[in-house]
Amino acid sequence: MKKKNKIKIKFNGKKLLIDQNSNIDKLIKQFNIKLNNVAIEYNKEIIDKKKIKKITLNNYDNIEVVHFIGGG
Amino acid sequence: MMNNKDLLKIAKNKFNSRLIVGTGKYKNMQQCAKAIKISGAEIVTVAVRRVNITDKKKPILMDYIDPKKITYLPNTAGCFNSEDALRTLRLAREIGGWKLVKLEVLGDKKNLFPDMIETLNSTEILTKEGFKVMVYCNDDPLMAKRLENVGACAIMPLAAPIGSGMGIQNKLNIKIIRMQTKLPLIIDAGLGQSSDATIAMEMGCDGVLINTAIAKAKNPFGMAEAMRHAVIAGRKSYLSGRIEKNIQGKASSPKKGII
Repeated sequence: MKKKNKIKIKFNGKKLLIDQNSNIDKLIKQFNIKLNNVAIEYNKEIIDKKKIKKITLNNYDNIEVVHFIGGG
Repeated sequence: MMNNKDLLKIAKNKFNSRLIVGTGKYKNMQQCAKAIKISGAEIVTVAVRRVNITDKKKPILMDYIDPKKITYLPNTAGCFNSEDALRTLRLAREIGGWKLVKLEVLGDKKNLFPDMIETLNSTEILTKEGFKVMVYCNDDPLMAKRLENVGACAIMPLAAPIGSGMGIQNKLNIKIIRMQTKLPLIIDAGLGQSSDATIAMEMGCDGVLINTAIAKAKNPFGMAEAMRHAVIAGRKSYLSGRIEKNIQGKASSPKKGII
């Protein structure tokens, strides 16, 4: 696929080149992330995990997926 | 065993154990899970961080510590301003509905002292959003009172800088905070050994939070067990009422019948 059909996004701090018209659901599945026990932020706004199929990604979008880890 | 009626109550939640344990700094998740089990803790602090998208084999906390059995207390450790702390706890709530949280807004990278202005503002905002906020704070009775006034559900003053292992440095202030508040008073940071935990409990604190002292002990499992007993001993001692101090000796045996 040519680069012109790709968009640049930032996912958990890493720059990625992904297909145009991708949505967050597709991105999450690409990285084998289980939806339970995570929270998703889309351009600094927390989003409802049930609606991630409806959010089509655009150039320079920023997605953060977080979970709990060990901490003091 | 503790008297079953002597429960730690935080925002309508009840716990048998008065020892809260952090889940950071362990060699691995197996060691962490085992130490928590030995400690008898029913609440553990956890951090909110990015899912590792490059290393999918990285162990997941929930695979080792079941949040259905142990209460997760999301913590804002590592946040140096109100905005980051609010963002972190809102995300924590989204992960699974957690409303009981620990707020920690640091202001000093060297000593990890809390920024109390940011902490106070964050407590007020989070409380209005429906969070039950346990607040890491300085051992300052005035700020502790202000936190209470804006809705904190537990006051968590430091004993000493986080991870320092120095034990309670300002007993007078902790005593004053104890006298002025009916909220759960939990010593948060700076305890180093089991006697430090006992001292806190004997002063009437409702609980202690310990991470480094267990995780970085030469034998974390041994220290977890020691802390468990230390907290129980301190609580029992406090409830039982110590004798008055007297600079003169008083014989324990009766004089009558001396040969």
